[in-house]
Amino acid sequence: MSFLHRHKGLTPYLLLLPGILWLALFFVAPLGFLGYQSLQSGTFDTGYTFDWAFSNYWNAISDYHEQFVRSFVYAGIATILALLVSYPLVYWIAFRAGRWKNVFLILIVAPLFVTYLVRTLAWLNILADEGPVVGFLRDIHVLGPDGRLLATSVAVVAGITYNFLPFMALPVYVSLEQIDARLLEAAEDLYASKRQAFLHVTLPLSAPGIVAGTLLTFIPAAGDFINAQLLGTPRQYMVGNVIQSKFLDVLDYPSAAALSFILMALILVGLLAYARAVGTERLTG
Amino acid sequence: MRWVKRHLLPAYAFLAFCYLLLPIAVVILFSFNAPSGRYNYVWEGFTLDNWIHWDAPSGIQSAVVKSLEIGVVSTVCATVLGTLLALAIVRHRFRGRGATNMLIFLPMSTPEIVLGASLLTLFLNRQIVTGFGTIFIAHVMFIVSYVVVTVKARLIDFDRHLEEAAMDLGANEWVTFRKVTLPLLAPAILSAALLGFALSIDDFVITYFVSGPTQTFPLFVWGAARVAVPPQVNVVASAIFMVAVLVMIGNVLWGLRARRARESMPAAVPIPEALPRPEPI
Repeated sequence: MSFLHRHKGLTPYLLLLPGILWLALFFVAPLGFLGYQSLQSGTFDTGYTFDWAFSNYWNAISDYHEQFVRSFVYAGIATILALLVSYPLVYWIAFRAGRWKNVFLILIVAPLFVTYLVRTLAWLNILADEGPVVGFLRDIHVLGPDGRLLATSVAVVAGITYNFLPFMALPVYVSLEQIDARLLEAAEDLYASKRQAFLHVTLPLSAPGIVAGTLLTFIPAAGDFINAQLLGTPRQYMVGNVIQSKFLDVLDYPSAAALSFILMALILVGLLAYARAVGTERLTG
Repeated sequence: MRWVKRHLLPAYAFLAFCYLLLPIAVVILFSFNAPSGRYNYVWEGFTLDNWIHWDAPSGIQSAVVKSLEIGVVSTVCATVLGTLLALAIVRHRFRGRGATNMLIFLPMSTPEIVLGASLLTLFLNRQIVTGFGTIFIAHVMFIVSYVVVTVKARLIDFDRHLEEAAMDLGANEWVTFRKVTLPLLAPAILSAALLGFALSIDDFVITYFVSGPTQTFPLFVWGAARVAVPPQVNVVASAIFMVAVLVMIGNVLWGLRARRARESMPAAVPIPEALPRPEPI
């Protein structure tokens, strides 16, 4: 203790040391190894050697650009859907639910308490070919008599939307909840219609929540492979499925590493562009 | 028309909740199903057998135990590391603060598959055998950031007057930390730990990469999904769900009680800044 008294400036570093060390060893260093691995060539049987094999990157892009595009399109649609579905819902909770707010919030995060894989599998039951949803859609001729939902992109996007919706809903709720009711009264006093008050007061003030929610939904969605695997077919596979199978089934580590790096780079570039557009403070809190 | 307008939003909220809760209802319902074949997709009749013999499918019991063990040890470790990080970031000004914030933020904004893949590359290159230990390492790594964020939020609006009061009354830094800071932070640390535990026992993607032969509950489900998922998987998932909801309700009630207690206290708590401080002896 007396040591600390004599070296007061050390305290923050001592507090930081274990956590930073852990993150450096098991988050930063692995990314370095991933980069190293991505520039190796060879096969699993003969072993891999490092030789600046940038061709892994070109091959990854030319062979799997389809899966990359699909990942970002699916994640984009799912993010927008999650926002559209959750915004009115949390708006209602923040402004109309009164003393039951906390109960409704628990209901919103409730899906997260069911094991991810199990709640995704539940959609297999719901969207099954003999199930009520498909039956109804066939009756009203949205689907043909042999039409199905499982094994289509609709099912995969729906699954992703469902799984990440709470990550959109919560930050949006927090930003709506913090809005000072007097601002809305002021808007009303100044003869704003309900619509104008919403567009010019409520919506801009909830923007930080939308920004945070978009990131929290889009990033995991773009890297997801579980929904495509369980609810789709290889025709719906996203880049996550390719990385997963190359790493764990095919054991082609260099190209799997290159694919992972490209995915991360694309997300980081998107993140930076987004940060420039909305301001860094909002991102890192 | 007015009637429709007034009821549009509540009706929408009701439908949205149905959508959110339907899969949960399905999971719980099918835990009571008595499928005649191997597939648990169609409702065939009510039974309690799955709940009574929840450990009948081979491997499920050890997988659940593994998940709980990993959840506990990695949560404890990550909570300690994360709380220390949060204290350093909120309480101290130091060189590299921005970089530290970034380092904590990045794991949360990296897709899980990249985290898992990069850890596996590290373990392969350094010839570290994957199993319980590597799952533990990975879970602590991805939980730490969430702990920091949760504890930080509480530390920022922490009333430092209480600590100053303790110091004025002669407590040294360590005693102040133990007797004042830590008890006041306890609710935030507990929430962080609960969140961390929930993240740990639910994690599939990262665990899948670094698990080696070790099987956790999500990995068991993944393996089962390739053939046929036994109804006992629904039983375990339903049980986890119910415990989580109970804990959540308890947390909310606790928060309400604490707030009521604060509100009913006489307004003697705020200490005017201008009050003369006793000279240290």
